Amino acid sequence: MIVAQRKSIPELVDILKGRKKILLLGCGTCVTVCLAGGEREVSINASALRIASRLKNLDFEIEELTIERQCDNIFIEKAADAIKRNDVVLSLGCGAGVQAIAERYDKPVYAGLDTEFIGILEERATWTEKCIACGKCVLHEYGGICPITRCAKHMLNGPCSGSTEERCEVRADRPCAWQLIYRRLKSIGELDRLKSVKSPKDWSAGIGGGSRVIIREDHRV
Amino acid sequence: MSNENFEPRLIAFCCQYCSYSAADLAGSMRLQYPPNVRIVRTPCTGRLEVEFFMKAFERGADGILVAGCLEGGCHFTEGNLLAKGRVGYTRKFLSESGLEAERIRMINISAAGARPFVDYINEMLATLKTLGPSPLKRVGPSTNAENRI
Repeated sequence: MIVAQRKSIPELVDILKGRKKILLLGCGTCVTVCLAGGEREVSINASALRIASRLKNLDFEIEELTIERQCDNIFIEKAADAIKRNDVVLSLGCGAGVQAIAERYDKPVYAGLDTEFIGILEERATWTEKCIACGKCVLHEYGGICPITRCAKHMLNGPCSGSTEERCEVRADRPCAWQLIYRRLKSIGELDRLKSVKSPKDWSAGIGGGSRVIIREDHRV
Repeated sequence: MSNENFEPRLIAFCCQYCSYSAADLAGSMRLQYPPNVRIVRTPCTGRLEVEFFMKAFERGADGILVAGCLEGGCHFTEGNLLAKGRVGYTRKFLSESGLEAERIRMINISAAGARPFVDYINEMLATLKTLGPSPLKRVGPSTNAENRI
């Protein structure tokens, strides 16, 4: 899922300063699961913004709404009336959600969250990054552990030899991805995969090649 | 309103397995404490959400006391620990919004803790008197929403 984090109230106040009728729009999918932009966070942020507005005489009028998914037309349509009633939209969706709303309505749409990464819930209240969406997956080569995302140096032919006690030398709070890859390949009997030297990665399949589009002709009419 | 004449409106969310019984016991023991506190019985402090606290402040509450079981003694294992985290999170939102974080506090007491319960109420009221009335309290007649707290 996409993992995001909230912006602080002073940041949001700064973004919204001078605006009156504000729609605080939550998203019921990824950002709900990562506790950043669901119905509950919409309510908390709306209360905090109303408090800040009254203390600083900002005159915010905040309407709250959460739709199932901000990146899907069918669900976005359900917010149409609320968007029209307000001057601006403060979206608590991910970057895709914010842009999807902005492209469809002639109203200012602001991002209320910082979108961080594609990741998983590792343990309670802890999310970790697992994928940078490079466009050419090589996970089969590395026992299901991505060296591009999880090795700070993106090494395809690791390790870098800089790790200490199985910890990354760039981020000591994270495990060395190559230690994990070695262990995993050994346990599943695929250590042989490390014998071949991997050629440099073609980054043009990823964001390096410009904004991507996927068209499935078989699904078009 | 000067702080001397100010009578704070304190909301105490009390877990029914501990502090609510402690409040009851305080009554049976004829322990006196100021009438400024509105006690809300909750099945467990783990039931309390950050929105509840934010809404109470938005509607003019001067302070909130969240009273749960002693750590390790929650009837539902970890409800009071969840509440502790949520109170901390609320404090962050309050100070970011411009309200004093000290207006909300988590306390832990057992069902036998009538005296500590009264002491905590008095302590919290003293804190609120020092802080003064919530700037969110509206001047003039209370609204229906404010009357409810």
